[in-house]
Amino acid sequence: MIFEILRDYGKAFLWSDGFHYTGVVITLWLLVASLCIGLAIAIPLAVARASSYKYLRGAVWFYTYIFRGVPLYVQLLIIYSGIYSLSFVRSNGFLNGFFREGMNCTILAFALCTCAYTTEIIAGAIKSIPEGQVEAAKSFGMSPFTLYRRIIIPTALRRALPAYSNEVILMLHSTSLAFTATVPDILKVARDANSATYASFESFSIAGALYATIAFALIWTFRKLERHWLAFVKS
Amino acid sequence: MFFDDYGPLILTGTWMTVKLGVLSLAGSMAIGLAGASCKLSKNKFFNGIATAYTTLIRSVPDLVLMLLIFFSLQIALNRFTDWLAFTQIDINPFSAGVMTLCFIYGAYFTETFRGAFLAVPSGQTEAGSAYGMSKWLVFRRILFPQMMRFALPGIGNNWQVLIKSTALVSIIGLNDLLRATQDAGKSTTRFFYYSIICALVYLAITTISNMALIWLEQRYSMGLRRAQ
Repeated sequence: MIFEILRDYGKAFLWSDGFHYTGVVITLWLLVASLCIGLAIAIPLAVARASSYKYLRGAVWFYTYIFRGVPLYVQLLIIYSGIYSLSFVRSNGFLNGFFREGMNCTILAFALCTCAYTTEIIAGAIKSIPEGQVEAAKSFGMSPFTLYRRIIIPTALRRALPAYSNEVILMLHSTSLAFTATVPDILKVARDANSATYASFESFSIAGALYATIAFALIWTFRKLERHWLAFVKS
Repeated sequence: MFFDDYGPLILTGTWMTVKLGVLSLAGSMAIGLAGASCKLSKNKFFNGIATAYTTLIRSVPDLVLMLLIFFSLQIALNRFTDWLAFTQIDINPFSAGVMTLCFIYGAYFTETFRGAFLAVPSGQTEAGSAYGMSKWLVFRRILFPQMMRFALPGIGNNWQVLIKSTALVSIIGLNDLLRATQDAGKSTTRFFYYSIICALVYLAITTISNMALIWLEQRYSMGLRRAQ
């Protein structure tokens, strides 16, 4: 049975169903797109979260608190079916086009969610930088901007790497929600194979094996990166 | 009226979500304790099984595991009852949800408890056995209370992730909080409003559990002096 599913659905599981990209390609695209957007927004937010301005810090805390306290599935539903049901969104040409596409909604929801977690991780790393490094930079006469650009952000990103690798794995697991917004990722193909053949165990096992392979590849990559970029922390 | 007469349904759904979360927490903590003792034992067989279990679970998404277990368990049970010529036994979504969540989060709790057991200084257990305590007594009086102090932050994290995962059980057909609010949204066509209600209830649950956790951490670190 498992060979028949692999013969009929193997290509769909990996990259294409003949018309569209599906399976692993879509899952990886969702993962990379949401992580890149999330990280890009998280860096300035983390600086704000670790800053000494009370209101700025509070506002960012509020954002991360909300997005970390609500299940990602609920966030996806709010963005995918919730926002699209509002009448002013449907009447606006641009918004209507954007929120009608399941792919756009999924990437938006994933990016907002991972951004909240990443902000907290990087803010924690900024706070863990030894005082001496900052003082040394200041006594060299660096301006606050140069201090952040040359010292604080590069060091914080390196120190955040172990926690960030966990976040990447969790995000990979979360991408399996995408099928609820009609995005043809690995799990969507597995569900199609399941409903066509009734071979549930085989179909979902193939999906599980694919996810596990991606997870192991990511873990291996992060271990290499840590060895390279965190060499100075190793005792 | 009270949420267009969907108030009671949403309340039952909330109760369902909380029940699902608490039962799964209890079950997965039990599996976690068993798994941690397997991982720390010198027996190669138990050690291997526990390592395979935690590696497998933590590399496959919980939604995939949930669908895998829910569908295959039912099919396996059907084959078994057919073979015995019994009437078909249907697994209801609630017990399937509890079982899968226990199975998944048991792996995470295994790692939490393993780390916490390792964090207790070995001098403590040695002192216990020097007093002539049996192994079980050392575990109950010395190892377990001290281990909980180290495990508590991890337990709190796992609980937050677990309660958020319960939202996935609505995909396999449980009438939980999410399903109730979606039904309300569908029949009133106010999807946005009811999805926000759902999010707020989840936020309330995580906030309350956060506060409970802070209280527990204070309780378990009684008598612990902190460097200021």
